[in-house]
Amino acid sequence: MLGVLRGMGITFKNFVTSYLFPRRADSLDTAGMVTVQYPEERLLEKERFRNFPFLIYDKTPDDLRCVACDICAKECPPKCIYIVREFDKDGKPLKRPAVFDIDLTVCMNCGICEEACPFDAIFMDHEFEIGGAERQQSLVYHKDQLLKPATYFAKIRPTDHATIEEKRRKEAEKKAAAAKQSSQGAAQTPPPPPPAVPPKSPQPNA
Amino acid sequence: MTDSLLQETETLEVNLGPQHPSTHGVFRMNVKLDGETIVSLKPVMGYLHRNHEQIAENISYLGSMPYTDRLDYFNSMSNNFAYALAVEKLAKIEVPERAQYIRVIMAELTRLVNHVSVTGFLLNDLGAFFTPVLYAFREREKILDVFEETAGSRMMCNYFRFGGVKLDLPPGVLDRIRKIVKEFPKFLDEFEGLLTQNEILCMRCQKVGVLPFDLALSASITGPMARASGVNYDIRKVDNYSIYNRFKFKVPLGKTGDVYDRFMIRILEMRQSVYILEQALKEIPEGPVLNPKTAALAKAPRNFKPPAGESYGRVESPKGELGFYLVSDGTPQPWRYHVRAPSFVNLTVLEDLCLGHKVADAVVILGSIDIVLGEVDH
Repeated sequence: MLGVLRGMGITFKNFVTSYLFPRRADSLDTAGMVTVQYPEERLLEKERFRNFPFLIYDKTPDDLRCVACDICAKECPPKCIYIVREFDKDGKPLKRPAVFDIDLTVCMNCGICEEACPFDAIFMDHEFEIGGAERQQSLVYHKDQLLKPATYFAKIRPTDHATIEEKRRKEAEKKAAAAKQSSQGAAQTPPPPPPAVPPKSPQPNA
Repeated sequence: MTDSLLQETETLEVNLGPQHPSTHGVFRMNVKLDGETIVSLKPVMGYLHRNHEQIAENISYLGSMPYTDRLDYFNSMSNNFAYALAVEKLAKIEVPERAQYIRVIMAELTRLVNHVSVTGFLLNDLGAFFTPVLYAFREREKILDVFEETAGSRMMCNYFRFGGVKLDLPPGVLDRIRKIVKEFPKFLDEFEGLLTQNEILCMRCQKVGVLPFDLALSASITGPMARASGVNYDIRKVDNYSIYNRFKFKVPLGKTGDVYDRFMIRILEMRQSVYILEQALKEIPEGPVLNPKTAALAKAPRNFKPPAGESYGRVESPKGELGFYLVSDGTPQPWRYHVRAPSFVNLTVLEDLCLGHKVADAVVILGSIDIVLGEVDH
């Protein structure tokens, strides 16, 4: 009998303290919160939190970093990424995807695409409030739905953004130096970059 | 008259499950009852079979790391640990010092998460609905927050890599873990005050579902269940994998092997885990967290081809001996991939434990075995 009473004492203590010292989510610290009144109150987003992948572009949605190399699609464990490379009028392959679909019903949020991508083009998002009225079509995200600007990435993951920008800047410098050297060596100007082809509106099978 | 009536009774066959709150998932117990006493019990499993081994044999070595999270979804860090050990043994990869410490810290935190929730759920099975389990979940939430901050996900961590861990601990997390570890014994004292002396719990659990020492040995039961029967077998001590030989800790052993012993062993193990964590947090060095030789591997998992051979990596997961057996033929995919799942092996003695007890006890016994169906049916 004593053990039961002691246990009841502990439940009573917890009951009283939960009223006397309630813990509410505030904007500074939500670590270890158990009860959150969800739509009104929210837990703070952790920087490393990963959900579904998104594609990143630098300035305009046309200059996306993805070059359609297909590495993420090959490495993806549940194979939820589908990429088709874009071709110009002469049938020459362009470094851009015509179709980039991610089936969010299949994606298991592992983040391997982000790790495998050599061009820092695909990253895991913090967005989790997605949903569809039916089971298949609305959760297959197409390229235009997946594209998000680099500023968005800088907002949700500032530390990663800083390190990646640093890396990209160094690479660009190296490339510029190499180009300069080769142009000096060959006494020739490097060929001008291929003219930007207006993107064919990528509307995959809807 | 009464004798003839008694002779005419029949046994009743009942299906407990597959959709039953006591089964902790989709699992069916085919029970034959004489009155309320169990005369035969056949576990039926496979409802959550996901072809885990076949999938792993068809993707790269790193690709099955996130799949191991989904085996025992309560302890993804332990599953990662075992798989990483197996591959590191296969390819002879060294792990840097700091990564070893992070691994041990994460594995022990996982043990806390698992034991705290399984003791809570055991009380749920006993009919103490949700008060103990929610006290337990309060503590669990703090640890899961740490996991989310370090690995990016609360439960599907996918944090270990071959030759270390994915990322270093973010700033401030070590202090958070220190705080959790400091406060955890206080919670355990409260939890024990609530439960261990409780007469109802003692009556329902003591001398119920006794697993004898010999049966535990011959059925190759591992983990807290074996130790509750007095089998002194803890892979952290036996195998000394990773850096467990540097830490001082005891292996709690039970005497009778009943449900109450299993419950107590888990509480005592949590105290030992806290002890290990204290030592690890004191000693953790600075340094790299990923072997530079394998760091490039993350960029191209498909180019990782371990030499032909076989390896078996095992850890003391919170549920028992979790082992991954790999055979490589020098290609990017394992030729054979096998999981020795502790929940599955521990479940084999369920009938022996339940015979002669009442139906209500079967639920408690199943709860005390601590199964996760993701692992049973892998």
